[in-house]
Amino acid sequence: MSLLGNPTVRVSGGIVLFIALVALLGPFLSPNDYLSTNFDELLSPPSFDGARFFGTDDLGRDLFVRTMLGIRVTLVVAIVASLVSLVIGVAYGAIAGFVGGRVDAAMMRVVDTLYALPFIFFVILLMVVFERNLLLIFVAIGAVNWLDMARIVRGQTLSLREREFVAAARLMGVSPARIVFRHIAPNLIGIVVVYVTLTIPQAILVESFLSFLGLGVQEPQTSLGALVDAGVNQMEGASWTLLIPGGLLALILMCFNFLGDGLRDVFDARHVS
Amino acid sequence: MLRYTLLRLLGAIPTLLLVIVLAFLMVHAAPGGPFDAERALPADVEANIARAYHLDEPLPQQFLRYLSGLLQGDLGPSFRYRDYTVNELIGAAFPLSLKLGAMAMALALVLGVSAGTAAALRQNSTLDRVVMAFAMTGISIPVFVVAPILVLFLAVKLQWLPAGWSSTTSASRLVLPVVTLALPQIAYIARLTRASMIDVLSRDFIRTARAQGLGTMTVVRLHALKPAMLPVLSYMGPAIAAILTGSVVVEEIFGIPGLGQFFVRAAGNRDYTLVLGIVVFYATLIVLLNLVVDILYGVIDPRVRQR
Repeated sequence: MSLLGNPTVRVSGGIVLFIALVALLGPFLSPNDYLSTNFDELLSPPSFDGARFFGTDDLGRDLFVRTMLGIRVTLVVAIVASLVSLVIGVAYGAIAGFVGGRVDAAMMRVVDTLYALPFIFFVILLMVVFERNLLLIFVAIGAVNWLDMARIVRGQTLSLREREFVAAARLMGVSPARIVFRHIAPNLIGIVVVYVTLTIPQAILVESFLSFLGLGVQEPQTSLGALVDAGVNQMEGASWTLLIPGGLLALILMCFNFLGDGLRDVFDARHVS
Repeated sequence: MLRYTLLRLLGAIPTLLLVIVLAFLMVHAAPGGPFDAERALPADVEANIARAYHLDEPLPQQFLRYLSGLLQGDLGPSFRYRDYTVNELIGAAFPLSLKLGAMAMALALVLGVSAGTAAALRQNSTLDRVVMAFAMTGISIPVFVVAPILVLFLAVKLQWLPAGWSSTTSASRLVLPVVTLALPQIAYIARLTRASMIDVLSRDFIRTARAQGLGTMTVVRLHALKPAMLPVLSYMGPAIAAILTGSVVVEEIFGIPGLGQFFVRAAGNRDYTLVLGIVVFYATLIVLLNLVVDILYGVIDPRVRQR
């Protein structure tokens, strides 16, 4: 049950932390900023001259600082969206599992129905119909991703409900709401942590997908998806504009997937192969 | 079996209705009208347009009109392409997307199942580790990163394959889009197959078959493959949805005039009826294909029918 004893968790977690830290501090240390254009340095390749570590884009903007800002936006969107899905999923799953019976059956029927919907198209529809702002992206992605969480939390709650400490709390006259939030919810933390880690890469994927289509984060703000989109247009002459943000996006996604797998091995003994 | 099929059919109706209501309400909650132009139109012209498209009716009436049109297979007129109906636009673009999607799905099934089975038969060998490392990479790298990178190296640098759709008419233009669409699904199916194959291979009936002297390939082909395919079959629903989503990106990158590209264009143009029509069309398609998967599941695994 030791977190750092698991090499997968250690390595992938370390890489994620390192990238997040550089993304947070890098822009302060660089002499360049994300907005200034420089028409003498259009699409210049990566070099240490003038700290252009990742080169410049077609407007001469510094890609190192822009990529770091993109990572920040991507990570913040992913984490907030995962928290939204966590709150909805845990509340929904815990209530369904605790109340049980017909209510549970009906609530899970709703989840099954929602599973069959092509959510991504609804998210696109949402982005088309309303103003494109970050808050809406958070909520939309979170609203899409809570289903798995609800199912898992419900399953856990069903088994926790029958345990002695819940029966004891009931006998002492503790209200059902208080039992759910004070006695059952804390016991769900392990499994919830694992699934949040697995929700984050899904949220990153949706956000970068939207930004890639031009429906997500808007200029001059940027995200990894938007940078990849810009890179695609320049790749023939300036492959770094595509390869650097694309590679970083893939690396971050891979690390989160490995981290989730590793955490599942640590917390959830049944999954150990 | 008939009872099971009918129950599944009935179960799909509320899902479809929910899709239609949600999509309809979202489009109609949009701020501003679909015909708002830079220049203000005279009030009576605007009223005429609104009447022509029944936009002056109360919302419930508009919804019932839309629903009764849908029941007859009519998705209504496009708001931007004035001379076309949504049906005509989807009919023109969908066959190409279908062809790409079906090819990608077939490729994903063949490669994914073979790679997963091979890895399961040699669990913890080098082959197993390589396959699983590839699978993790394939799951993690998004389609819109893989596609341009493949184009950059295979089409632009090495010039083995054509980069765009319109640059050639030979079948080679299909290779990159289909491979890109299939990659994440190959990875996912390989992981699923490996896990369930390992589970099945440890069961008693496999030991019995082995004890009777059957070779490994025969055991896999005749006894293990069918039960091991159940998780893969239940993944088909999400896989179809993922390929449809992926086709939006792939068609945009390769410039393929399919339904995915149409959808992105329509979204950019704010062609509300076309976007609504495509969402309803895709959703219906996914719900129906899920239904087919469910029924197939009942055919393969009789235990499911009892529940």
